[in-house]
Amino acid sequence: MSRILQSAGERRAETHPLTWRLHDDQSPVLLEEYLDTQGYAAVTKALEQHTYESLTEEVKSANLRGRGGAGFSAGFKWSLTMKGEGVPRGYIVCNADEMEPGTFKDRLLMEQQPHLLIEGMILAGIANRAKQGYIFLRGEYHLAAAAIQRALADARADGWLGADVRGSGWDFDIALHTGAGRYICGEETALINSLEGKRANPRAKPPFPGQSGAWGLPTVVNNVETLCNVPGIVNHGADWFQALSGDLSSDGGTKLYGVSGKVNNPGLWELPMGTTGNRILELAGGMRDGLTLKSWLPGGGSTGFLLPEHLELALDFDTIGKTGSRMGTGLLTVVADNQSMVSLTRNLEEFFARESCGWCTPCRDGLPWSVKLLRALEAGEGEAGDIELLEQMARDLGPGKTFCAHAPGAAMPLASAIHYFRDEFERGITRPKGEAHADPIPVGSV
Amino acid sequence: MTTTATIGTTIASDGFALDPADREMILEERAHYPYPQAACIEALKIVQKRHGHVPDGAIPAIAETLGIRVADVEGVATFYSLIFRQPVGRHVILICDSSSCFLTDYEALRDAFIEHLGIQVGQTTADGRFTLLPVCCLGACDRGPTILIGEDLHGPVTPDEIPRLLEAYA
Repeated sequence: MSRILQSAGERRAETHPLTWRLHDDQSPVLLEEYLDTQGYAAVTKALEQHTYESLTEEVKSANLRGRGGAGFSAGFKWSLTMKGEGVPRGYIVCNADEMEPGTFKDRLLMEQQPHLLIEGMILAGIANRAKQGYIFLRGEYHLAAAAIQRALADARADGWLGADVRGSGWDFDIALHTGAGRYICGEETALINSLEGKRANPRAKPPFPGQSGAWGLPTVVNNVETLCNVPGIVNHGADWFQALSGDLSSDGGTKLYGVSGKVNNPGLWELPMGTTGNRILELAGGMRDGLTLKSWLPGGGSTGFLLPEHLELALDFDTIGKTGSRMGTGLLTVVADNQSMVSLTRNLEEFFARESCGWCTPCRDGLPWSVKLLRALEAGEGEAGDIELLEQMARDLGPGKTFCAHAPGAAMPLASAIHYFRDEFERGITRPKGEAHADPIPVGSV
Repeated sequence: MTTTATIGTTIASDGFALDPADREMILEERAHYPYPQAACIEALKIVQKRHGHVPDGAIPAIAETLGIRVADVEGVATFYSLIFRQPVGRHVILICDSSSCFLTDYEALRDAFIEHLGIQVGQTTADGRFTLLPVCCLGACDRGPTILIGEDLHGPVTPDEIPRLLEAYA
């Protein structure tokens, strides 16, 4: 089996805070080894030297931005959590529901270094005055579940979790919650509903989870990779974190970048934030089978397609955001020149249509409709006006028009595929406007 | 035994009785959360692990064990894609149909499974051995196209490897 994580050079604690401990044989880093390599030092430091305000401030000034794809400042999110005298202690929830198409980074961290995540969660627990953490893990990640369960038991036995953590008088514990499918569980309020044992429909915001989340208590939801960055920040400081990306990006830290698709060497690399797409694609060995790159998604199925010329840009939240796309999870999906963009867009919209929770009408009914139009275009049976209709739908499914970010996520690849590759869509139109499709495509088969 | 749900429906448990060990595990899960409903997804998974799917009678049995409404258990059971409310094969093949696997020829792999098993996606073989279902991105995009059989992740899988791969699942 090939290694998922690959190295562009030697991995060291100061330069590769997420992956420097990982083994070549992909076996998990167990407690003893973790403790021997500065493990849980950040928890000790936080308990001895920090208040919850100063800990939040450290993470805020590091400008750690959410690695689940939204890029929201983790420290700022923490500063908004309701806490203090008279406020009941709430929850830290780790979003480990990695299901974004093209994303395979959190699985690596959980399977091979679960203690780093646990340490990050304990620190988040201190900063937000939480009483309990939950790791919301997707049900299909069996290996990660086993690694986390073992690590939780070991950490608890060694006093890092439970009552009176390391004699500090502070109590905090973590439980593993495994899911049962459905992409929508990755939406933070849907995730909270799912954690509560309900259908994973998103909730209205406000109130934000920091005010009223799981079981009505203040709740912080952070992604796995985000939390795994916290121990390094506490150990080495916000300035060190900012310096990791040097001049490449205004965002600090490293990023687990990756590439999938028809490349010679698909995998993951921990690189400074702001590394260019060209450099990452070079590490992935370029396109395989003599193919050339036509387009790429910067960070998952809910990000917008880009062109080869965009590969020279720094892959960070702001730079990619200016193109009209999003960095998302930062794991590139590359598209070869012989791939039909209409078919690929159809595949993506089928995914979003199936995974819609059905709560709001534009998403529930709009997405299957877009699939119907895309299938017709793919089969060369589209009619005049179909492309404009798809463009209208992409606008009507955009931010602010639906209950949560699911439909806007679906609209982004749809709008960008038409924007950059309109000729491919136009080739699918063979009928005048108003002529019924000869063989209606059943929507229910999505 | 029948349990009356608060919404007014009555669902017969059809003689279904929770295995005592399962019941104990469900109560153990309940202790992990401040409210019992949170354990209901795990309870469904516990029952499914023993029976392969969640039989009708298990719904009121879980509701009674956790002290929650039957309708809430059924609502959850019918929402999540990995809770099976109908019988499935001894081995469930989850085939990733998301974009990275699509780009690494998932459709050819899916068609080869359909031909080899003689069933469509969503169906179970006549001998009750395999069920073929689609699944969201399995998070192993570097190895696409990927499938998950039970707890085993395979990838990349080529169509000609299917017969040998399935031999391990009797």
